[in-house]
Amino acid sequence: MKIELICSGFGGQGALTIGKFLSLAAMKEGKDVSWLPSYGPEMRGGTANVAVVISDKQIASPLVSHPDWLVALNKPSVDKFGPMIKSGGLMIANSDMCPDKLERENVEEIYAPMLSIANEIGSAKVLNMVSLGVIIGKTGIVKFETVEKDLKEILGKKNPALLEANLKAIAKGIEIGGKS
Amino acid sequence: MADKVLMKGNEAIAEAALRAGCRLYFAYPITPQSELIEYMSKMMPKVGGTFVQSESEIAAINMVYGASGCGKRVMTSSSSPGISLKQEGISYISGASLPAVVVNVVRGGPGLGDIQPAQGDYYQATRGGGHGDYRNIVLAPSTVQEFADMAPLAFDLADKYRIVVLILSDGLIGQMMEPVEFQPAKTEEEIEKLGKQHESWCMHPNEDEPNHHHHIINSLELDPNVLSDLVLNLEKKYIEIEKTEIRFEEYNISPDNEILCVAYGTAARITKSAIEELKKEGKSIGLIRPITLWPFPTEAIKQAFNQNVKKILTLELNLGQMIDDVRLAIEGKVPVDFIGRVGGLVFSPEEVKTKIEEIL
Repeated sequence: MKIELICSGFGGQGALTIGKFLSLAAMKEGKDVSWLPSYGPEMRGGTANVAVVISDKQIASPLVSHPDWLVALNKPSVDKFGPMIKSGGLMIANSDMCPDKLERENVEEIYAPMLSIANEIGSAKVLNMVSLGVIIGKTGIVKFETVEKDLKEILGKKNPALLEANLKAIAKGIEIGGKS
Repeated sequence: MADKVLMKGNEAIAEAALRAGCRLYFAYPITPQSELIEYMSKMMPKVGGTFVQSESEIAAINMVYGASGCGKRVMTSSSSPGISLKQEGISYISGASLPAVVVNVVRGGPGLGDIQPAQGDYYQATRGGGHGDYRNIVLAPSTVQEFADMAPLAFDLADKYRIVVLILSDGLIGQMMEPVEFQPAKTEEEIEKLGKQHESWCMHPNEDEPNHHHHIINSLELDPNVLSDLVLNLEKKYIEIEKTEIRFEEYNISPDNEILCVAYGTAARITKSAIEELKKEGKSIGLIRPITLWPFPTEAIKQAFNQNVKKILTLELNLGQMIDDVRLAIEGKVPVDFIGRVGGLVFSPEEVKTKIEEIL
């Protein structure tokens, strides 16, 4: 088993964090992982992306030129990485910011209004966690409980309200991913 | 061993250095290495050590010179342009036969270049880098785990030979997060003991000792006969290191190999992916991954070379620097081919695979 994915969005949308929690959970579940961020002059408002590889064998190259999965939080991410997705791959996109369809027949596309969902929950910050939920609901690559435990360790004491919002966002994402 | 944690290479090497007993760290920030200095600034005070963000890279390496002269485990780090600035200090430290650890998270050059991963500092690292006849032990990690493991190894080697050990990483390994397991942290007693092993030569408050005497640490010697002896003594040390400290990894090496690759660090990881893809097509490609760039695993390359090998392929993120050492090892027996990328670009496994298929 080896999955290569790219998470991409505007700086500040939390694309890198999606990859981080996914990698962390996969590592806890015994997988080898690599998390390679783009680290150019990215900043809030610019674009940022991360290449994540999850494998049950030791990972050689951490580079991802043709991802199995793409998580796109904005339109530039669809434009840039959409054409690179492997045939038979999957794209999970934030429909609030990706108005155009990818129009590739051999790629499964899931669109979710991640920003609207996050706003309903009460924090636009948790937009990224909706997409993490969609990944889990759709693919089962990691268990929700593993991510929940990590989030509790990191946010539990520091910001219980944000933890709650994160967990709600993931749950909503799992629901969407499970139905797709 | 403790549980695995997910960490950036730059943070992992810093944590591993603290655990290895580094209590003095001086550096100036530069991308893509800044997480290392940031981690040290946060954690060094917590272990009772000294962290200084110096006014320049030159100041930092000279602080290392002073601290090392006191027999303490000391480290500095930077990225390519900053490492160039440190060369004078590294030469002085080598001339004075002092132990020190220097980390270079290499970026694109020359000049200020860019901040993406590169391997353009190979010549500088393996040929000393500064002026005069000296060598650094050069360790080249290819994973975050290996980067972390090299901290205790580098300090041990530096102490053993009283030499500068340079860890030659790159922006990719520095910025990437991977699972890492740390060796247990040395206790304060163990660190104290490590310092004591240097008391025969280092500067320390030794008033209570019966044979109280001064130690002079210096790299200036105006009498050519005396300086000649000093340099020949350095040479003896280098010969010993070349005999005993060569490290490398063999990957898919077999008598069936049609092509033998030589690559280190990030380039080696990408090569491994290409080798795995070619394996599926029944092609046998071997890889020697030098872990010590100096001393260079010349003998390992000679031994991996057999009658089936048609060509040697060197893969580097530069214009071709290590290829010189590979050619010296192969002694002109077969052509040595090269794949390189410059400017901070990195070749993909697919590109490597295509190139190998072309020359097969």
